Amino acid sequence: MTARTESRYSWGGDEHLDVQISEAMTLEANFTAMAMSNALSQMSIPGVIDICPANASLLLRFDPDVVDPRRLEVTVRQIEKEVRAAPSHSLKTRIFEVPVWYGDPITEGTGARFREGHQRPEGTDLEFAALENGLDSVQAFIDMHSSSPWITSMVGFVSGLPFMFQLVERDRQLEVPKYLRPRTDTPALTVGHGGCFACIYSVRGAGGYQMFGITPVPIFDPAQRLPDFADFMVFFKPGDIVKFRPIDEAEYGRIRGEVDAGTYRYRQAPVEFVLEDFLVDPVAYNTKISEALDGC
Amino acid sequence: MAVEILEAGLSSTIQDLGRPHYYNVGIPPSGAADQFSAISANLLVGNPKEAAVIESPYMGPKIRFTQATVVAVTGATMPTTLNEQPVPQWESFAVAAGDELAFGFLSSGARVYIAVAGGFDVPSVLGSRSTYVLGGFGGFEGRTLRQGDVIATGATASGTVGRVVPERLRPIMSRNVELRVVLGPYDYRLAPAGLACLLDTEWKLTPVADRTGFRYSGPALEWVEREQPFGAGSDLSNIVDTGYPIGSIQAPGGGDPIILHRDAVSGGGYAMVATVISADMGVVAQSSPGARTRFRAVSFDEALEARGAARQVRAELRRSMD
Repeated sequence: MTARTESRYSWGGDEHLDVQISEAMTLEANFTAMAMSNALSQMSIPGVIDICPANASLLLRFDPDVVDPRRLEVTVRQIEKEVRAAPSHSLKTRIFEVPVWYGDPITEGTGARFREGHQRPEGTDLEFAALENGLDSVQAFIDMHSSSPWITSMVGFVSGLPFMFQLVERDRQLEVPKYLRPRTDTPALTVGHGGCFACIYSVRGAGGYQMFGITPVPIFDPAQRLPDFADFMVFFKPGDIVKFRPIDEAEYGRIRGEVDAGTYRYRQAPVEFVLEDFLVDPVAYNTKISEALDGC
Repeated sequence: MAVEILEAGLSSTIQDLGRPHYYNVGIPPSGAADQFSAISANLLVGNPKEAAVIESPYMGPKIRFTQATVVAVTGATMPTTLNEQPVPQWESFAVAAGDELAFGFLSSGARVYIAVAGGFDVPSVLGSRSTYVLGGFGGFEGRTLRQGDVIATGATASGTVGRVVPERLRPIMSRNVELRVVLGPYDYRLAPAGLACLLDTEWKLTPVADRTGFRYSGPALEWVEREQPFGAGSDLSNIVDTGYPIGSIQAPGGGDPIILHRDAVSGGGYAMVATVISADMGVVAQSSPGARTRFRAVSFDEALEARGAARQVRAELRRSMD
C-alpha cells in the first residue's frame, strides 16, 4: 500500500471523530497528531470535550448538541492542512530522566508466573527481547534501550500510562511482540515493551507487554503527594522526551526512600524538539537534546 | 446525615454523570453506566440531575439511614424493601432514622440506582464524584463499597416524596437486546464476510460484563488480509495503538467482541469495527450475562436522530417532575 497523504476521517458513534493519520507508526504521523491536537486545544471550541492525540492518530470526543459535528470535521480538516503545510515542525517540550532497575526480581517474578504460553517459556522477557532483536546479550539490549531517548507518543490505556517511541531510525527500532496471552497481573511501574513501543504501567493490573524492569519513580499519584504532582495527578504528557537510566538495587532502594519521604524530584529540563533537525542526524541531535539534562 | 452500608452487593460504587476532559491522559469519563436511571433517581428525590448516586450491578446493597430523608430507586427491576416492607421503584419515598433498605433477586436489567435527597457527599476529584476503581480515586475512597462504610449525604432543605417516573418513560429491559451502531472507525479492516457476521449474528453477553467493557461470545470475524503496518502488532485485528471511542466494539484476535463502557481503557491496539450510539449505552449497561444481542448498523444521521429522541425523553422526564 502506498503512503496516504491524507488522513482517514471517521465517526465513532455520535460523540467521536477519529482521524487516522497513518496506518504505520512514524514520528511524522505522531508529530502531525500532536500539532493538530495543540492547534485544536488553543481554539477552545465549545462542545469539544476531549482531544486525544495518539501514536499515529487523533481522537476527538464532542457533544453534538453543542457543536455541529460536520462543521467540526471541516475545522479539523483545515487544521490538518495547515499542519501539513508548515515548513518546519517543532515541539516545545521537556526532557526528563526515568531511572530503571532492569532485570529486577519483581517483574521477573511476575514474568515467571506467566511463562506458560509465552513465546519463549524458558528464560526472561529481557532474554527474549535480546534474541528477537539479534543481540548477543541482555546487556546489549539494555544499552540500546537506555542510550537513545524516547518520545511520549501517546498517554492512555489507563491513568497516565505513557506509550514511548524511541528517537532512532527505523532499522534501529527495538521490536518485540506482545505476550501471546495477556497477563492478568503486572506490577505498578513496570517498564514494558510491545511492538515498537515502550510503556510504563501506571497502576497494577492486566497487561500484554514484555517486562524489562521497574522504576522507583511514580508516574501517577492520585493523592498528589510528591512536588512534581502538585498541579496534576498524571506526570507524563504527549510529547515528553524520556531518557531511561539503568540503576542497580541499591539506587532503586535509595530513590524509593526519597519517594516515600516525599522529597523525590524528577531530573528534567525544557527543550525544543525540531523534527526536521532530528531527521537530518538523529544521533547528533539526541546527544544535543540530552545535554539539557546535564547539571539538572 | 449519612447512610451505613450493611451489605455492599457485588461491586457497588458512587457515581455521578461523569468526569469529562481527562480522556487524553487515560482517565475515562466514568459516571453512571445507565445515565437515564441515575438522572431519574435524582430528580425523583429533588436533587439536581448530576448529584452522586449508588450504582449496584446484579445485586442491591443493604443500607441503613441515620436520619429521616427521601430516597428513590431506579434502574434494574429488583424487589425493593424498607424494613422488609415492599416499596416501589421509580418513585420517591420517605425513610425514617434507622430504616433499612434492602433488595431481592434481580428480575430484569442489570444495574440498580439509589438516590438520597442531598446526594452522596464524597469529595469531588477532577470535577466529579464518580468512582474510577482502576485509577483508585473518586467516589468513596476510590473503590467499591464495603460493609461498614458510612457515606455522608449532602445538606438539603427537604426531599420530595411521592414523585413518580411515568411508566411510558421508563426504559424497557429485555433479554433480547438490539444495539444500534455506527460502523467504524476501523470497519474497513473487516472482510465483507466479517462485517456480515458482525451484523447477522445473535451474540450472547458473557459474564465478563462490567463498567470497563461488555464481552460477547459468538463466531470469529474475518479480516482483510494485509501485511501488518510497522508498529501495529502481528494479529490481523491489531492496529497501531490509538484512542478508543466510548462504546466502540473491538474483537481482539478476531472473536468475542467487546463493547467499551464508561470506565474503559482509553486506548490500545485493537481495531474498533463499530461504535454503539450514545442513545443505546444505557441499554448496554442494563444487559446481564446471557442477553441475546444483535448489532444494527445505522447512519451517523440516524444516530443523531436517536440522540435527539433520547433528549426529548429526558425533557419529558423533567416536565413530569414539575
